[in-house]
Amino acid sequence: MSKVMSPEEVAASLESGMTVGIGGWGSRRKPMALVRAILRSPVTDLTVVTYGGPDVGLLCAAGRIRRLVTAFVTMDSIPLEPHFRQARQSGSIELTEYDEGMFMFGLYAAAHRLPFLPTPVGLGSDVLKVNPELKTIRSPYEDGQELVAVPALNMDVALVHMNRADARGNAQYLGPDPYMDDLFAKAAARTYVSCERLVDTADFAKEGPVQSLLISRAQVTGVVETPNGAHFTDCVPDFGRDERFQKLYAQSAADPEQWAAFSDRFLSGDEAAYQDAVRVWREENR
Amino acid sequence: MSDVTRAEVCAAACADLFRGDGEIVAAAVAGFVPMLGSRLARATFAPDLLTTDGGPSLSAEPVPLGGSAETAEGWLPFRDHLWLVLNGRRHVVMGPSQIDAHGNTNISCIGDWEQPKRQLLGVRGGPGNTLLNPTSYWVPKHSTRVFTEKVDMVSGVGWDRGAHEIRAVVTNLAVLDFDTPDRRMRLRSVHPGVGVGDVTAATGFDLVVPDEVPETRPPDGEELRIMREVLDPKGLREREVPA
Repeated sequence: MSKVMSPEEVAASLESGMTVGIGGWGSRRKPMALVRAILRSPVTDLTVVTYGGPDVGLLCAAGRIRRLVTAFVTMDSIPLEPHFRQARQSGSIELTEYDEGMFMFGLYAAAHRLPFLPTPVGLGSDVLKVNPELKTIRSPYEDGQELVAVPALNMDVALVHMNRADARGNAQYLGPDPYMDDLFAKAAARTYVSCERLVDTADFAKEGPVQSLLISRAQVTGVVETPNGAHFTDCVPDFGRDERFQKLYAQSAADPEQWAAFSDRFLSGDEAAYQDAVRVWREENR
Repeated sequence: MSDVTRAEVCAAACADLFRGDGEIVAAAVAGFVPMLGSRLARATFAPDLLTTDGGPSLSAEPVPLGGSAETAEGWLPFRDHLWLVLNGRRHVVMGPSQIDAHGNTNISCIGDWEQPKRQLLGVRGGPGNTLLNPTSYWVPKHSTRVFTEKVDMVSGVGWDRGAHEIRAVVTNLAVLDFDTPDRRMRLRSVHPGVGVGDVTAATGFDLVVPDEVPETRPPDGEELRIMREVLDPKGLREREVPA
């Protein structure tokens, strides 16, 4: 009954060429430990579907993304993501660029097994121009309104990070915003949940109200306990964003030599090595 | 109160954007000055406005910049914010990297979209915001780079592409609106100390300039007190406006 796995096992279950959804939002509650596990695996040629943050940046830096489907890529306190910018400016990734609400409707459509959902959003903008595959549809009712038919954002795999989970895959968020993580879980064929702490099912009620149980085990294939696993994005209330480390990341990303040093120091070992290296860096920079 | 700063004039002008909006969400996402403006409006002439603390809480009272809501009167996570865009009970203030004479804006990328010269944020919520909500803009540094003949990617639709309402643009120099027969951008007022020529020189297209251009109103004593003592005692507004 236990679905507990290691980050390596999650990464090993992925195949190159897959469509992978990543939960969170910008630099908020991203499944960074699982992204780091992908970086250590040979998986590549991915189509990544996400409200993008440094997860996208790390995967771009390692050349793992073929196509990105998103509405933005940002680190919130640092608006622009340097690796994503570099990837776009060098033409090394393809992009499907939607409005934030269109993107959400794509998730809703996939979660409900619908081929598309209609929305007026996108009309008049260049979103339709840069996505020539997008079609419009006319309301069959009296209003006759023209609407964009946002196609379902179906995914092979979704990766999300939650505050708590049990071994069966039920997962709980304790921060102020669920983001779209439940929609990612429902939209994907397989979902892997990493969490700050595995708890007994009976202990969920000690942590938060029943409506904080965002994701059901019916949608979950595997669970990974990764303390500090959203680092350096935030995972409220367990921890806030590591702004200083994010700044180091952004500065390093802007320069190839510094990026090599950053990678060498933080990304050359496993998750435990990453967390150790971060701890040492924090000690040095207190 | 004298020695009113430019940032304070801008914040009051941003507050004025919300006049008559009633009981809707003021989503001032473009920076400190419009955020301050929306909360100032709520604290003075628009008490029915809903404002956030910058996070997913709708605050019971307008909160100081950088603070969080002591009392929340509602919850607005991102998914409900996106619902609200479709619902329309919202007036958003965004920050464009480029804007043209009809209020089309770009925050996505500079240059050719296929391989941009400078990748920016992406379209974010721009297409939906502008199509369905009253939208205004805040430009802290008015320049020909921002006010351009043609934007490289239309992420926010203008009046000529079916916008719901592009209400006004507040900059560090002036207030601009689209109160013209063909909805072309017009100079509504210049801030105290700014000449009409300063604005036209910093604008990369022909602005509609009325014969008489009034001065932007300065904030009154009560507004200044609220900004300085209550809503922005740390003076974050001053950091955003070039001296």
